[in-house]
Amino acid sequence: MAGKFHQITDPVIQNNPITIQILGICSALAVTTSLANALTMSAALTIVLIFSSMSISLIRNHIPSSIRLIVQITIIASLVIVADQFLQAYAFDMSQRLSIFVGLIVTNCLVLGRAESFAIRNPVWPSVLDALGNGLGYSSILIIIGTIRELFGTGNLLGYPIFQTIENGGWYEPLGFMALAPSAFFILGFLVWIIRVFRPEQAENPDYHLRTGNEARR
Amino acid sequence: MIELFQIAVFQDNLALSFFLGICTFLAVSRRIDTALGLGLALIIVQTITVPLNYLIHNYLLVEGAWAWAGLPEVDLTFLKLISFIGLIAAMVQILEMVLDRYMPTLHRALGIYLPLVTVNCAILGASLFMVERQYNFEQSIVYGLGSGVGWALAIAALAAIRERLSYSNIPKGLQGLGMAFIVTGLMSMGFSAFAGMQI
Repeated sequence: MAGKFHQITDPVIQNNPITIQILGICSALAVTTSLANALTMSAALTIVLIFSSMSISLIRNHIPSSIRLIVQITIIASLVIVADQFLQAYAFDMSQRLSIFVGLIVTNCLVLGRAESFAIRNPVWPSVLDALGNGLGYSSILIIIGTIRELFGTGNLLGYPIFQTIENGGWYEPLGFMALAPSAFFILGFLVWIIRVFRPEQAENPDYHLRTGNEARR
Repeated sequence: MIELFQIAVFQDNLALSFFLGICTFLAVSRRIDTALGLGLALIIVQTITVPLNYLIHNYLLVEGAWAWAGLPEVDLTFLKLISFIGLIAAMVQILEMVLDRYMPTLHRALGIYLPLVTVNCAILGASLFMVERQYNFEQSIVYGLGSGVGWALAIAALAAIRERLSYSNIPKGLQGLGMAFIVTGLMSMGFSAFAGMQI
């Protein structure tokens, strides 16, 4: 059981999909203006990821490898349509706020990346665990960024006031900058930095190894 | 029209203000020539697929599109995602074959970037924005071209900055991904200054 537990916890910190594998960054940055958006997006992505890994792993022996990409995309797109329709039916406001980003789970590299690198070659149960772990890893980053942006951008958290803003007679001046696009890049950049300061092994030998220009020219 | 083009290129830049296609944006911006190749591929695909998706959406999917066949209440908009991504994948495949046949030099220059474009969220994102903002056919052509140019401009600029950055002394933990994010954030701030610009 320890091994299986490891499979879930590993992608959360050690091999986080966003900070290490650089997968699924688009939505991670776009939907984190408030914590509620981030939570909804995390739930939608994790569910789609689990079901897509499960179904791809179930039929993995029947997919000819030449058309496997299109089969995977079709499965993922169908699941995303279900998630999108579900949100529109039960949480219409939220689906308006997330705008096109629920639909963009189709091209989220995280879902396709896990399908291609794990589910296509492994039995159902490990694939589900792997999907769950990666979904949690993705969610944890989204929740961190969402918390920072909402707390400092509006003084609220999930709509409840944490810092009393000046308008309401408090002391906190909201940072409008936090709601804008650049702040998401900065927060994620600094988050990556912090993680790598505490886990220097990630900075020394990252999986993808971004080369500097000098190395590239060699 | 010119205003729409300018907004698509600068103010609503897909990469810098909507975070679309950021995965490839960061992964392929180490060198300027590869960045330009990918940017060119994206402009071509974007200009073709956005108008085509407009036609699909308005003549096949939208409610009442099947009225001529005696099915006025059929609403197929929930098939939007799957038909858009299908069309994009098919277009990329066809474009690859056409380029290979008629423009082999360009095909070689684009190399593996053309197939990569299929899973780039910028392409699907532009089509979905086209639907959400209810552009008409001409606007969809301009928007497709403009958003492609904007994305290409952003990736070329980032690649140029990162080539220069290789000479600078960056803290260990910030090297690579961390620095790329911060540079992109600064560029995004720069581009947000174009907001409200009138021509």
